[in-house]
Amino acid sequence: MGGLVPAAVLVLDAQMGALGANPIQRAILQTGLLALVLLILSLACTPLRTLTGWTWPARIRKALGLLTFFYAVLHFLLYLLDHGFTPAVVLEDVLERPFVTVGFAALVLMLPLALTSGRGAVRRLGFQRWQRLHQLVYVAAGLGVLHFWWGVKKDHTPPLIAALVVMVLFAVRLIRSRRARA
Amino acid sequence: MTSTPPDPQLPADPEDTTPETQVPPRREFLKNAALFTGTVAALGGGLELLTRRPGAAAQAAPGELMAQARRPLGPYDTSEPITPYAQATTYNNFYEFGTGKDDPARLAGSLRTRPWTVLIDGEVRKPVRVDIDTLQSWFPLEDRIYRMRCVEGWSMVMPWLGFPLGALLRRIEPNSKAKYVQFTSLHDPKQFPGQRGDVLDWPYVEGLRLDEALHPLTFMAVGLHGRALPNQNGAPLRLVVPWKYGFKNIKSVVRITLTQKQPRTTWALAAPDEYGFYANVNPKVPHPRWSQATERRIGELRRRPTLPFNGYAEEVASLYKGMDLRRFF
Repeated sequence: MGGLVPAAVLVLDAQMGALGANPIQRAILQTGLLALVLLILSLACTPLRTLTGWTWPARIRKALGLLTFFYAVLHFLLYLLDHGFTPAVVLEDVLERPFVTVGFAALVLMLPLALTSGRGAVRRLGFQRWQRLHQLVYVAAGLGVLHFWWGVKKDHTPPLIAALVVMVLFAVRLIRSRRARA
Repeated sequence: MTSTPPDPQLPADPEDTTPETQVPPRREFLKNAALFTGTVAALGGGLELLTRRPGAAAQAAPGELMAQARRPLGPYDTSEPITPYAQATTYNNFYEFGTGKDDPARLAGSLRTRPWTVLIDGEVRKPVRVDIDTLQSWFPLEDRIYRMRCVEGWSMVMPWLGFPLGALLRRIEPNSKAKYVQFTSLHDPKQFPGQRGDVLDWPYVEGLRLDEALHPLTFMAVGLHGRALPNQNGAPLRLVVPWKYGFKNIKSVVRITLTQKQPRTTWALAAPDEYGFYANVNPKVPHPRWSQATERRIGELRRRPTLPFNGYAEEVASLYKGMDLRRFF
């Protein structure tokens, strides 16, 4: 629920003309950033639980994942709107600009994850296979950070912060799984 | 809230009258409701704080009036609708103030544009260090309505006020060794908060070939919308080359140097594969991140096709005869 607040504020801002002179571009940047922040929050759930013993992070993980997908789709729809929903232009962009390619790939990778987010899917797939499938989120996170990095014209501080946080979260997982095996 | 005295008919503690079994579910519900509300507020608020970047609010036009009411269109003026002042002054790339589009409007108050001197030197017969007010008094101020195209894929229509660069160059008389013109922006981190970081190599440097600089379209602006140039738009003196991408239009110029060699310009140094020295608007040469085939005119929803040389091909294409513009982008 709280995750929808930024979307509501965005709609409100757009209504009031508070998005500046280029509202579509502003909305694209904002939804993209929201998707990445939510993705990072969802990746933080498991380490947070293992480090603290709290159970609530694990309970909100699915909601965070679905919100990530929601904002990623919104981000993509706004990008389509920006390009007048012209398939030829979008296809050229996806094929020829690595920055667009990796963003699009991250969205595509998240689609099966969103579709199999229900309890039923875990049963149908079996936990092992479901878990393996959902490890795609690590690839999506990497591509998402790369997309952010390449999208910035010069000041790389924000994407650098995102990259560092993702790397720390990956490192925690790696150390945990090494220990579990040892 | 006003507190009411406890009703003497009722026991002081409500739990005395409530059967034991009803307490936990009600408490549980309240606790969950509180948790839910707290989570919604915390997550929503936190996400807003982390990601919200509202646009700059529109402002009234400050600055003294510099020009009379508009005269009929001149030979280089476009008749396309002019971008409103509020948008032209709140959506700016001016990295000296910060990389956000609204940073310049927000932070431009720290720039002091008087007194301001401009040094004109290098391969010239009459080098000069001149005060900005004296400099602009040398020429009758003209207005020019030019299209402006940013390499990021947006465009505006700007009513500039100023004088042709050619008039200034003729006055200071380039010698026979002069081949290029190098421009330098003010470097002062006290006035430009964006210069406290090393996003770009400061000071900002731009350049033109001498024939480009002498072209009648090439303009030095000191005003916008009939008023003194707002700080965020490059006060007190900026370059305007309408057939090139916006980043060539260096702002807050303090030095103009005529050189023999091609100047090492800021964006071409920062990312040579993305920003060239020539930076002519060209729909056929894509940027690694942005197709240049189309652009959004600020204020419009649909993109429009980008024109070669930003629509000024008739005037300037001959400057590049025989050059491969894919190589010299």
